[in-house]
Amino acid sequence: MSIAIINYNAGNIASVKKAFDYLGFPAVVTREAELVRRADKIVLPGVGNFAATRMLDDSGLRDSINEAVHRGVPFLGICLGMQWMLATSEEAPCHSGLGIWPEECSRFPDEVKSPHVGWNSLEGCKGESRLLCGVVSESFAYFTHSYRVPLMGATVAECEYGGRFSAAIEHENIFGVQFHPEKSGDVGLKILSNFCRC
Amino acid sequence: MLTKRIIACLDVDGGRVVKGTHFMNLRDAGDPAELAAIYGATGADEVVLLDITATSENRNTLLNTVRRTAKQLFIPFTVGGGVRSLHEAAAIFDAGADKVTINSAAIADPSLITCIAQRFGSQAVVVAIDAKRSDRGFEAWASGGRVPTGQNAIQWAIEAEQRGAGEILVTSMDRDGTQTGFDCELTRAISRTVRIPVIASGGAGRAQHFVEVFDDALADAALAASIFHFGLRSIVELKQQLLAAGIPVRPPC
Repeated sequence: MSIAIINYNAGNIASVKKAFDYLGFPAVVTREAELVRRADKIVLPGVGNFAATRMLDDSGLRDSINEAVHRGVPFLGICLGMQWMLATSEEAPCHSGLGIWPEECSRFPDEVKSPHVGWNSLEGCKGESRLLCGVVSESFAYFTHSYRVPLMGATVAECEYGGRFSAAIEHENIFGVQFHPEKSGDVGLKILSNFCRC
Repeated sequence: MLTKRIIACLDVDGGRVVKGTHFMNLRDAGDPAELAAIYGATGADEVVLLDITATSENRNTLLNTVRRTAKQLFIPFTVGGGVRSLHEAAAIFDAGADKVTINSAAIADPSLITCIAQRFGSQAVVVAIDAKRSDRGFEAWASGGRVPTGQNAIQWAIEAEQRGAGEILVTSMDRDGTQTGFDCELTRAISRTVRIPVIASGGAGRAQHFVEVFDDALADAALAASIFHFGLRSIVELKQQLLAAGIPVRPPC
């Protein structure tokens, strides 16, 4: 099985690869559209500004991802990678995401500190989620982000910080997590291991 | 709900964990990779590794230590001490760190904060401030607490945020290693002023000190080293006491 972790200069992806290695699912870090097209599973990590995803357009990676997702290849977006699956973000209004969902990512309200950094609890975990299999509500995960994905039909776990937002989303072969599973201890490793088995 | 973080700090010199009082009198406290793994398994929310001597000869030793420590650690991992350039920060991220702390180099050239934040994101940049009480309030010190800068620590925190820091790590030099409690006045002054998370450091000794720094001083996280290294208090026990006191923390496993 080949797992492609897409490197598009948006933060540090070494720890994502390290987590897959630890779980015994070797992954390659790549920015080559062709490697991504042929992968059995695709992971889009990333932290930073929504506009950083522009590199995905410039390199042909957007088309590879789009095509693979439509063929049913399991795809996991982490943090910014999850936000990019929506149509747009307030962070970079002129830039478009993959648009699997038509919603927009929004900024946290002024009443709370931003970024949202630290361990927060996952709430309302859906029992039928393949990604969250064995992960119960009130489990903790590590978040670090300034923008958030709203609650949607595809939401399989919620989080509370300045209002409720999507902690995890899932639809058929498409998965997204706002938190960092590679930094969320045993809970995160369980989720990555579930993804490898999807 | 968002919990308060307990951060275990490893002060490293030549590949070994050490700890002193008022930044001096160092004692050996073990292997960083081993200690980090133990902390990760027993409920630490984050591990920070600080290279306290930070000489250029030690640079490769540090990167090896970071690599070894990161290998089996699946919680946030921050590395600092003598980071002077984007290039050095990149090497530390490559070795497996999630965040770097910068201190003296940011005082000398504040644009370094922006430079690292633009490349790796603000969440990856922690500006560390060593502060000491003086006649003029709290003063920031550089070079591991050896050189006074004349700059007000709170003003410096504001500037660091404006330049792109993702978190502020504020260490009270007056309390460092004394186990007499965090400097709540210092922590509160910074927490109230900036909009990014503040990590309090220096002086942790008892569970009550953590209660005070979270409740009264509004810290988002608290960092401690010596109390954990010398087995004075396990993180599990500390978190149980904090939960009993009504402080939201991630329950120990």
